[in-house]
Amino acid sequence: MPETTVQNTNHEVVESTPQSVAVQEETRRHENVVSPAVDIYEVPNALIVKADLPGLRTEDISVNVEQNVLTISGKSPRQEAEYTYREFEIPGYYRQFKLGEKIDQNNIQAEYTNGVLTLHLAFAESAKPRQIKVNVG
Amino acid sequence: MSTYDPIREFNTIRREFEQLFNAFNPVAARTAFLPSLSARAYPSLNIQDTRDDYVVEALAPGLDASKLDITVQNNKLTIRGEKVSPAENLKPEDWHRNERATGRFLRSFNLPTPVDADRVSAEYKNGILRITLPKREEAKPRQIAVSIA
Repeated sequence: MPETTVQNTNHEVVESTPQSVAVQEETRRHENVVSPAVDIYEVPNALIVKADLPGLRTEDISVNVEQNVLTISGKSPRQEAEYTYREFEIPGYYRQFKLGEKIDQNNIQAEYTNGVLTLHLAFAESAKPRQIKVNVG
Repeated sequence: MSTYDPIREFNTIRREFEQLFNAFNPVAARTAFLPSLSARAYPSLNIQDTRDDYVVEALAPGLDASKLDITVQNNKLTIRGEKVSPAENLKPEDWHRNERATGRFLRSFNLPTPVDADRVSAEYKNGILRITLPKREEAKPRQIAVSIA
C-alpha cells in the first residue's frame, strides 16, 4: 500500500495520539492491550474501517469520537477455562485515529460480526462533489 | 514402536522448550521473544482437555463459516479456510490502510487419544472457531474402585 495515497487525500485517516484527548500511554496501561489490525478503504461517499477484534462480547466494545479522534477499544473478557495447550489469549484492544474534516462525525455506524468491527464513516455533505450548472447568459 | 523420525524428535524438543518458557512467563513466550513455528501457524489454537472432550479454539476473525473445512482423520484435526479481502475490486488509490492479512490457510493438529469423528461439532462465534471433539469411550479416564479385602 503506497503511503502517499493517504497523504494525497483530504479526508485522510491518520493514526494519532493528540494531547487534548484521553489517551492510554504505552507505559501506564493497567492491562495488556493490543493494537488491532485494520483495513481502511473508501467506497462512494464513505470510508470503511474494519478492525479485527476477535473474542469480544458486543457490550465490551466501545467506539468513541472526541475532538476529531476516533477511539476503538475492547475490554478483554475474563477467561476462566483451563487450557492444556495455549497459543493465544483474548487481549484488550485499543487504537486511535484522527478523523479528517470530510468525515461527518454524527453519521458513524458500527457493526460487529464474526469478530470484525466494521465502521461506516460517511463523508459530510459539504465534502461530496457538486456539479455546478453553468447558465448561458 | 514407530520408526525414528528426526523431525518429530526435533519438534518434541522444541515443544518442550516452549512449555518450559510458557511455565515461567506465559506472555513473553508468546510474543516477540523466540517466535517459533507455532507462533507463525495460523490460526492460533487453544486446547482444553476435559473429561469427555477435547475443545479446540481457533482465533480466526472475519471468516465465512460456511466455507470452513474441518476434518478429523486418525485423530488428526485439520482446519482449512480462507480469509477474503473485504473489498476485492477496489482501486489501489481507494485503500488507505490494508493490515489485515488475507489468504488461504491450513492447520492440522494431532490429538493424543482417539476421538469420535462422527460426533465432532463446531461453532463459529465472534471470530473464535470452537471445535468439540468427544473422546472415544476407551480414551476416557476411568475411575477404578478399590475393593477392601
